[in-house]
Amino acid sequence: MNMTDDKLVIAGIEFTSRLWVGTGKYKDFAETKKAIEASGTDVVTVSVRRINIIDRSKENLLDYIDPRKYKILPNTAGCYTAKDAIRTAMLAAEAGITKLVKLEVIGDEKTLFPDNEALLEATKVLVKEGLIVLPYVSDDPIMARKLVDLGCPAVMPLAAPIGSGLGIRNPYNIRIIMETVKVPIVVDAGVGTASDVALAMELGCDAVLLNTAIAGAKDPIAMAEAMKYGVLAGRLAYKAGRIPKKLYATASSPLDGMIGS
Amino acid sequence: MIITLNGEKKTVPDGITVVGLLEFLKVQQERVAVELNLEIVKKDKFGTTAIKEDDNLEVVSFMQGGFLHTLKSNMKS
Repeated sequence: MNMTDDKLVIAGIEFTSRLWVGTGKYKDFAETKKAIEASGTDVVTVSVRRINIIDRSKENLLDYIDPRKYKILPNTAGCYTAKDAIRTAMLAAEAGITKLVKLEVIGDEKTLFPDNEALLEATKVLVKEGLIVLPYVSDDPIMARKLVDLGCPAVMPLAAPIGSGLGIRNPYNIRIIMETVKVPIVVDAGVGTASDVALAMELGCDAVLLNTAIAGAKDPIAMAEAMKYGVLAGRLAYKAGRIPKKLYATASSPLDGMIGS
Repeated sequence: MIITLNGEKKTVPDGITVVGLLEFLKVQQERVAVELNLEIVKKDKFGTTAIKEDDNLEVVSFMQGGFLHTLKSNMKS
């Protein structure tokens, strides 16, 4: 199968990579850049923050990550209310690089689970304002349906709590989400290692977004490369169509011509 | 005159526009968004929007992050 023909398209935007990566928690911008390059991604998430008005000599992430080369996906991380998330997303759009936003409305500091009610509220406003809203949501098929009904061109259900590295805790819900909505599914958050992203892709998800699993690894650059292959292997396996699981053995060598027969 | 810029009191030249402020701060206009008293200032209005004493401005841009370390949001309204 030619993977270059296997493109992901969301709201008319073509994505060449099914691995999307965050830019947080790296040692420095040089390491961030190397990890992003090793991951083979073309989508990086960024936060929207006040510029440093005291020390203007500080470097900026976008000096390292060229917005002409990568699709910049601003997020509303750190927002705990629909109001803050809307405000942040609108500012991100106004900055003029993209209309895409990864919409997060966090419900609780301990779990960082989404506040689904506030998420719907913010989605409604931002879709009306013309933003392309990619919502970070619980692995809940009903929520996914409601978000798509509001105009989200993709949904981003969590695999497990952000930064937990637990992997996909409820593959059955992810499958039901895929059957419930006919838009791309990007598994977001909770991935720990390459097999987790492979599993997400084998389930038929369209992409995986992760940050901590790479940035927090002992060798982030090597882990970024591992993730690249995890996504490719999982996607190829999904497209190839795996064999059904069976309880008993099925011989793989022919029995004809065996000695003593 | 004194304004509040990104949560800090700051002295800027009287009657400065948003463009003037960004130049004063040595900030590239392309990658920022500006909020004046909680209203977004469109980029094509940067040159004509004058800032007044006691105005509250937010100048934001894209930064690293997205997950745990951004918990301490600095965008409190």
